[in-house]
Formats: sequence, C-alpha cells, structure tokens
Amino acid sequence: MGPASMIVLIISAVVFSAGAILLSRVLVQATPNPVKGEPYECGVPTIGKSWTQFNVGYYLFALIFLIFDVELIFLFPWAVVARQLEWLALVEILIFLFILFLGLLYAHRKGALRWV
Amino acid sequence: MALFLEFVIAGLLCIGLFAILGLVLVLMERKVSAYMQIRLGPNRVGPKGALQTLADTLKLLSKEGLTPRGADRFLFNLAPFVAMIGTMLLLAPIPFAKGFQLWDINIGVLYISAVSSLAVISILLAGWASNNKYSLLGAMRSGAQIVSYELSAGLSIIAIVVLTGSLSISDIIASQADGWWIFKGHLPVWIAFVTFIIAVTAETNRAPFDLAEAESELTAGFHTEYSGMKFALFFLAEYINIFIVCAIGAILFFGGWMPFHIGNWEGFNRIMDYIPSSVWFFGKTFFLIFVIMWFRWTFPRLRIDQLLNLEWKYLLPISMVNVLLITLVAILGWHF
Repeated sequence: MGPASMIVLIISAVVFSAGAILLSRVLVQATPNPVKGEPYECGVPTIGKSWTQFNVGYYLFALIFLIFDVELIFLFPWAVVARQLEWLALVEILIFLFILFLGLLYAHRKGALRWV
Repeated sequence: MALFLEFVIAGLLCIGLFAILGLVLVLMERKVSAYMQIRLGPNRVGPKGALQTLADTLKLLSKEGLTPRGADRFLFNLAPFVAMIGTMLLLAPIPFAKGFQLWDINIGVLYISAVSSLAVISILLAGWASNNKYSLLGAMRSGAQIVSYELSAGLSIIAIVVLTGSLSISDIIASQADGWWIFKGHLPVWIAFVTFIIAVTAETNRAPFDLAEAESELTAGFHTEYSGMKFALFFLAEYINIFIVCAIGAILFFGGWMPFHIGNWEGFNRIMDYIPSSVWFFGKTFFLIFVIMWFRWTFPRLRIDQLLNLEWKYLLPISMVNVLLITLVAILGWHF
C-alpha cells in the first residue's frame, strides 16, 4: 500500500481510541463529586505540590542515551554495506566502537552510571 | 474509489486485529500465570473462561473516565491517543503471512526502531499530566528504562542487518529461506537473541523490569490516574506492543513466516511448506510471547540501580563486542 498506510494507520488509531472513549461517554452518566477529582495517593490527602523535584540521575542517563542513540543511527548504514566492504568495514567499526567505548569508560569513571 | 475502499478495509482490518489480539493476549496472560501458580484462572465466562476479557472490556466501557483536579487536561487526554498511534504505526511493515504486508518499506527495521520510541513520549505525557507523584515517578523510571534498553535492542537488530546486508524486512526473511539465523549464525546470533529478548522485555515494561508500575510501590505507575476507556487504551497498547516486539524477534531470528527448512532435504522442506505461512508466523510470535510471560513468574523484580547497571555495564558493552564478532563471522563467511 505504500506510504499511505501510515496515514491510514494513524486515522484508524484515532478513530478506534476516540470511538471507544466517546462510546463510554455516551453510555455512562457522569456523577461528579469533589473527592473523585483528588489525586489518588491511596486515600491520604496529597501533601504539597505534585510536580516535585526528582532525582537528577534520570537526566544523566538520558544524556548518555542521546550519544549512544546517535551512534546507533550511524551504525545502520554501515551495517547494510558491511559485507561488501569486508575488512575495511571491520577496521572502521573497530575504530568507531573503540572511541565510543572510551566515552562509556569516561562516563563510568566520572560516576555518571552510578545511581545515587 | 477503489483505492479509498482499500484504505478503509486496511484500516478496519488493523482495528479488528487490535481488538482480537488484545482479547487473546490478556486471556493468555491470565491463563499462563494461573497455570504457573497451579490455579485455574478465569473459567466462568464462556467455555473455559474464553470470554472473560470481553466481559472485562464491557465493564471498563461502563466506567466513568475521571480527570484528576489540577491535571493538564489536554495532555492527559492526548496521552492514550499517542500510545495507540505509536503502536498502530508499528503494524505497517510487519508481514503476517507470505506477501501479507501493509507496506514493504525498504528501511523496515529502521522504521520500527524509530517508531517504537514513540512509546516513551506517551508514557512521559501521561505521567507528567496526571498531577500525581506516583505517576510522575513511574513515568520517569519508565522513561530511563525504555531509552536505556533501546540501545541493546538496536544493536542486536544491527547484528542481523550485518548478516543480511539489507534493512528491508522482506529481504531479511528471504535470507532465511535455507535456515533461520538462530541456527545459521552460530554464537554471535545467540548472544544477539538473548540481549534482544532481555531488552524488549524491559522496553515493554514487563516483569522482571516492571518497576515503572511495581504494584507494591507505585500503585500503577504512569497510568495511576487513568480510568475507564482511557486506561483500557493504555492496557491494550501495552499488550499489542508485546505482540509486535515478539513478532520482530520472530522475523529477525526465526525467519518470520518462513517455514522450517533444512539445507537440501527436498522432501522434508516440501512437507514443511504445506503448513500455511501465517501459522508459522503466529506460532513463532506466540512462542516468544509465552517466553516473555514465563519470565514474569521466574525472575524477581530488579531495583532501579540494578536495572541501569545491567544495561550500561553489561548488556551494552556485550552487544558492542557482539557487533564486532558478527562482522567477523559475516566477512569470513562462517555462517552457513
């Protein structure tokens, strides 16, 4: 079907989800009440704001992920031609992965991979 | 007009597949966990409980969908749609049988790894918009986990791409006509398969990596505040995601719809060809799904630091070295 299938799939996903939600809207009589709107914290009233500070570690891992994800994108075109290039491909990927591995070691030594 | 009709039929087929797969997978999950714990599982609704999920869906349909006070209403309602769109888009390049494929895109594997990262966005949206501490924490954990394990999943996909020399899914399947990669590729493909199955278990937030919604700590993780149909959509997307990653595993390592062939055993190969290709595809996929469900009742849940250690200090270096190994195998022609 070609690229049009993406549009078809997006539309059918939206139709499916919207249909399901609307159907339950039609079927169910909403009974609003102030307690229902409370954030669910196992029955105890919420203390303070919900959008609180959280561990910086998540950001560190996200940053390292970015580097390695870009690496992955570079590897895809290489992988397609690897068998035609033969030994050149192996040398090339050795150098590439060696540099990346040094990066991983650096992050490890700096303590970026340690969960605090 | 004919084209339009084709689109409508394709869309309806996908929606139908979604609904049926959701019903089957949830029932399978409950039955498998029941038998692993020596219980019977659902057995009241329909023959042997086969209609249990349908009853659950009707129940969810009759529940009121709440939006918590102080939530970001727009993002809160958007998140289930993003989850569904991300999952639905993954169906495009998957061949369910010989020649039964929506879009034979020439960068199929790249497309799949690109679109599957949409799942993170919906999880972060849901967690952030809910105005709930559990949701936020669950979303952050889940985000860190999914992006980390994407790397080793990607590297094991690359291992197969090196062997086939093509990103197109139909080429990858065609290259396995004389034997699946898991048999042809020696040790490196085995390592790639094991890292792949670990990585996708983590990517779909399944136990033992389900600490995004570890029931005893974070109630339900990022979808704590979701109820009714919006919750059902998240739940459905999660199960279809399991199906899709298992289908990709079956395509890469077990040859997708390709029947089991041995070298030049003509008679044996011909008998195997009599089994329809869709049976092969679904058989392999459901076998992998069963393996992932099996994990859930075998391994204890990891802590977040153990989880990140496993990926960054073990799986990632191993799969990087494995790419080198597989290049060596491909260049020397050691695979059969």
